[in-house]
Amino acid sequence: MHFVVCIKQVPETTDVKINPETNTLIREGVDSIVNPFDVYAIEEALRLRDKLGGKVTAISMGPPQAEAVLREAIAMGVNEGILVSDRAFAGSDTWATSYTLAMAIKKIGDYDVVLFGKQASDGDTAQVGPGVATHLDLPQITYVRKIEEVDESHIVAERLLENGYESVEAPLPVALTVVKEINDPRLPSLKGKMAARKAEIPTWSAEDIGADPACLGLDGSPTKVVKIFTPPSREGGEIFEGEPHECAEKLVKALKEIVVEANA
Amino acid sequence: MSNDPIKVIDEKCVGCTLCEKSCPFGAITMKERLAEIDLTTCTLCGACVEACKFEAIEMRQKEAPAKDLSDYKDVWVFAEQSDGHIESVTYELLGEGRKLADELGMDLCAVLIGSEIKDKAAELTSRGADKVYLIDQPELVYFQDEPYAAVLIDLIKTHKPNIVLCGATTIGRSLVSRVAVSVDAGLTADCTGLAIDPETKNLLQTRPAFGGNIMATIVSPNNRPQMATVRHKVMKEADVDSSRQGEVLIKEIAAEILKSRTTRREFVPETENTVNIAEANIIVSGGRGLQSPENFEVLREFAEVIGAGIGASRAAVDADWIPYSHQVGQTGKTVCPRIYIACGISGQIQHLAGMSSADIIVAINRDPEAPIFNIATYGIVGNALEIVPMLTKEFRKVLGK
Repeated sequence: MHFVVCIKQVPETTDVKINPETNTLIREGVDSIVNPFDVYAIEEALRLRDKLGGKVTAISMGPPQAEAVLREAIAMGVNEGILVSDRAFAGSDTWATSYTLAMAIKKIGDYDVVLFGKQASDGDTAQVGPGVATHLDLPQITYVRKIEEVDESHIVAERLLENGYESVEAPLPVALTVVKEINDPRLPSLKGKMAARKAEIPTWSAEDIGADPACLGLDGSPTKVVKIFTPPSREGGEIFEGEPHECAEKLVKALKEIVVEANA
Repeated sequence: MSNDPIKVIDEKCVGCTLCEKSCPFGAITMKERLAEIDLTTCTLCGACVEACKFEAIEMRQKEAPAKDLSDYKDVWVFAEQSDGHIESVTYELLGEGRKLADELGMDLCAVLIGSEIKDKAAELTSRGADKVYLIDQPELVYFQDEPYAAVLIDLIKTHKPNIVLCGATTIGRSLVSRVAVSVDAGLTADCTGLAIDPETKNLLQTRPAFGGNIMATIVSPNNRPQMATVRHKVMKEADVDSSRQGEVLIKEIAAEILKSRTTRREFVPETENTVNIAEANIIVSGGRGLQSPENFEVLREFAEVIGAGIGASRAAVDADWIPYSHQVGQTGKTVCPRIYIACGISGQIQHLAGMSSADIIVAINRDPEAPIFNIATYGIVGNALEIVPMLTKEFRKVLGK
C-alpha cells in the first residue's frame, strides 16, 4: 500500500519576535523546521506502513531549501521524498497550494491514504488538507486523533470535535488530517539519518506535474494580502501585592462584574 | 520575460535597504548592493513597494476578471447546529453579517442544514436573518463533510451569494475548505475582523498569522463569493428580536447530491468538563505549576463555581494530567474568552499564541519573572494551589452559590 504524507517547512516560531522599531518580524537566525503537526502525520504514515506493508512517500511544496524537511522525514523512516518547487508557485494561497499538491499526488498515481497535519504553524489555516482532498475528489476525515481500524479497503478513525469525538468510517483512498493526540512521534534512527543523507530527492516543477499555469501561484490564488500590521500590544497589567488572601480579594473585586454577567 | 509576481528593477535599485527593513517576512536580502526578493517567503503584501523611494520594485497585478461579479448578492451565514441546537458562533456571525449586509445594501441570509430543524429557522430570523435557506432532510441529521459541502455548493451555484461566513470551528473549517475549492472562491481562515472597503466594496478580512504576532488583511477581489471562517467569541452576538420576521425558503436537494462516502459509527461526547473551551466566556487554565493531575480538581471546582471551561498548557497535557482537547496554544486550541485565568502557566510563546486575544488575562504564578505576567491584565505572584481555593470561596459568596 502507498501512504503519502504532505509536509511543510515552517519557521521555528518560538523565535519569531517583533522588532519594536520597524514593526517587522525578526527572522534572523530563525531555524526552519518540519511543521510540528506534520510530524504526527509522518509518524502515523509510518505506523500504517508497518502494519499493512507498502511504502511512505513524503512530499513538500516549497523553496529548494525545503528539501531539508524531506530529509528529516526520511530520517524518521519515510521511504521517499519529493520536492515540488517552482518559481511559478510564488504567491500561492491555500487554493493554489491545494491544487499544486493535488497535481503532484496525481502524478504519484497509486495512493491509498494521504495524510496531513491538521494545520501549519505559520499560516494556521487548516484549509490545505481538505482542499487537496477536494481537488482529488477524496473523502476526508479531519482532526483525526486515533485510527481504530484499517485494512486494504477501509478505515475507521476517531475525529476530534468541539464537544467530543466521533468514529468515522471511510473507504480507501482517503485523506486524513491528524492532531497531536494521535501518536508520540519517533526520533530519527542512526540508520535513518544515514539514509536521509544519501537519499536522492527529485524536484518536480509545474511542468512536471502537468499543472495549468492559470491555477498556480499568484494567478491561481483568489485571495490577496493587502496589509500587514502588528497587533496592538497588550498594556502592562496590574500585579496585586500583599498577603495571598488580600490578592485574591482584589482579584475577585476586579473580575466580579464580568463573572456575574457571564453567568447571567 | 520573467513572469514573477514581484521583482526588483536592478537599474533603479540603489541598494538603500529601505525595502529590506520594511519586509515583515524577511524575504528581502541585499546581494551586491541590490535588493533580492525570495519569492518563496514573499507574501506579496506590497510593504516594500510602498517603502521604496525609487520605484524600483514592481508588483504584477492579476488581470481583471472576465466574469461579471455584479450578479453576486447577499451575505450568507452558515448556521452551524448540532442535534438541533444552533451553535452560538452562528449568532455572532449573524451580528457581524447584519452590519456587512446593511453596508452593502444586501440581504442577510442564513443557511440551515440538518434534519427536523424547521422550527429553528425562527431563531435565525429573530437574530437578524432576512432569509433562511432551510435544507431539512433525514440524510443530513448530523454533519458529514461531503453531503454538507455538496448542499452548500449547490446553493451557492444557484443563488450566488457575495459573501459566505462560517464559524472557524472543526466542522466549519472542514466544510468550507471543500466548498471554496469547488466554487473557485477565495477563503480566509480564522478572521478576527471583517469590514467593507468603502471604494471597491470588497470584504476586508483581517486575521492573525504567525501565532498572533502579526495581523494580515486579505481580500478576494476577483472571485465571488468571498468566503471567510470567523473565530469564536470575537464578534458580538446578534440581539434577539422575536417580533422580527423573515422568509424561510425550503430547498429540496436531490438524493444523489447527499451521498457520503464517510459514515459516522458513533459519537462520544466529552465528559471531562461540560463547557466547550472554544465557546467559553471564562477559561481557567492549568499548567506545570499545578504539580499533579489531582490538583486539577482545585481548578475544576473553581471553574464550576464561576461557570468556566477548563484549559491546560501543553506541559500539563503531555504529562497526561488532562486530555488533549483542553490544550490551549499553538498545537492545541485558540481561544478568545472574556477572561482567561492562567494558573501555574509560565507563558511560553506557543501558549500565548492560543490565548493572547482574551479580553482579560489573569496570571497566577510563583515566578515573578514568568513571561505570562508581561501580557496579564491582572497578576498575582504566588502559588496557584493556595490562591485558587481562596478565589473559589470568594466567588461562591459573590455569586450566592
